[in-house]
Amino acid sequence: MRMFDLNFLLAGDYRDWLLSGLLLSLQLLAITLLLSLPLACGVAMLRLAPSRLLNGLGAAYVELIRNVPLLAHFLFWYFGAPELLPDTWKERLYAGNIEAVSAITALTLYTAAYMAEDIRSGIRAIPAQQFEAGRALGFSFLATMRLCIVPQALRLAAPPLLSQTLNLWQNTSIATVIGVAELMYQTQRVEAASFRSVEAFVFASAAYLVVSLVIAGLAAWLQKKVS
Amino acid sequence: MLELLHDYWLYFLVGRYPEGPLGGLALTVLLASLALVLSLPFGLLLGLARLSPWRLLRWPVAALIHVVRGIPLLLVIFWAYFFLPSITGHESGQFGTMLAALVIFDGIYLAEIVRAGVQAVPTGQVEAARSLGLNYLDSMRQVVLPQALRHMLPSLVNQFVSTIKETSLGTIIGLAEVSFIASQVNGLVLTKPVQVYFLLGMTYFVLCFSLSRAAFWLERRQARLLKAAA
Repeated sequence: MRMFDLNFLLAGDYRDWLLSGLLLSLQLLAITLLLSLPLACGVAMLRLAPSRLLNGLGAAYVELIRNVPLLAHFLFWYFGAPELLPDTWKERLYAGNIEAVSAITALTLYTAAYMAEDIRSGIRAIPAQQFEAGRALGFSFLATMRLCIVPQALRLAAPPLLSQTLNLWQNTSIATVIGVAELMYQTQRVEAASFRSVEAFVFASAAYLVVSLVIAGLAAWLQKKVS
Repeated sequence: MLELLHDYWLYFLVGRYPEGPLGGLALTVLLASLALVLSLPFGLLLGLARLSPWRLLRWPVAALIHVVRGIPLLLVIFWAYFFLPSITGHESGQFGTMLAALVIFDGIYLAEIVRAGVQAVPTGQVEAARSLGLNYLDSMRQVVLPQALRHMLPSLVNQFVSTIKETSLGTIIGLAEVSFIASQVNGLVLTKPVQVYFLLGMTYFVLCFSLSRAAFWLERRQARLLKAAA
């Protein structure tokens, strides 16, 4: 076996592959975060709404998504769901980047289910009087939530939401199963082309670890600020 | 969908067994159970090391926990896949690889559960045990751990749910667990991806949801018991 040597990763094709993978992973993280936060807020609202039907809907969403592995979500949204679309949509989807669209759909729905629970417990930690005061001032349920409860709750929920972001960052790696060219995919590609598994996996581990540590550091800092 | 179930239910449940190796849902459950059972002692040791009064033990374990929690399980599986053979000297196969990766990964997460469980035991208990003349290890073993384990039970059931979900990643290294079998069935039928993957999702859901309900029930019972004791 050759000596451990990271230098060959730092130039030429391999570097470009790995960097493009890392960039795509970060993009997946950013887009999913942007989409799943509002969705999670919506689901949390459903679970707290003054209607049993809406509560049930919210609970069903969370339980149905959380009790199925992310891998199965990816398989469904990539192989199954596009078949359900009308033909014109399907053609357009297959012509575009269907892998990325499926991956973002699966990741967004999955992450939102977890985040909804964090936001819900954030909301429940706000004293009930705040809500009553809002209603007594004449605000509707939604307006009270939007103007008075949610801004306070998001501040409380920030540390757990960041730890969900950490999970999301690691979960982007599973997108490799449906052929999204993210970091894990490019690592396997470099490994297959160069037969240097140690170097390729060291690079990927370090990249995942660094981003994870940044997010965890942010969470610790926020935790201190909140308390 | 019924036709699909009728044709492939046995393949889905046990794979090619008894003609070939065990697979399908049975393999998923077996792998998850073995992983949990084997990672428990590992997690207990790591958790206690993390809490130990000796810095030389505490710091390396804390570093290990941070590193493993910072990388995706998929990467742990690949490390195991490529380097287990060179450490043990012989091929470990997909099942062995997956089991090793899960034991390491779950052990790390269990260590944090153990830590939380031990920290939830009032410090007066340790002080009482120490003042009765028990040394550190004995007071842990005889006084703190039995109480901590009771606190940990709901978290352990939840960890089992996570482990079941994690076994699905075995597909990537070609382990014939239930997701892999579903993809095989999809390849055989070709025309029904929606139904095949919907069934796969529902199978996981039934398994995991009933377990997470059990955890919820345990948690509520524990809260009641604690209230009654107070």
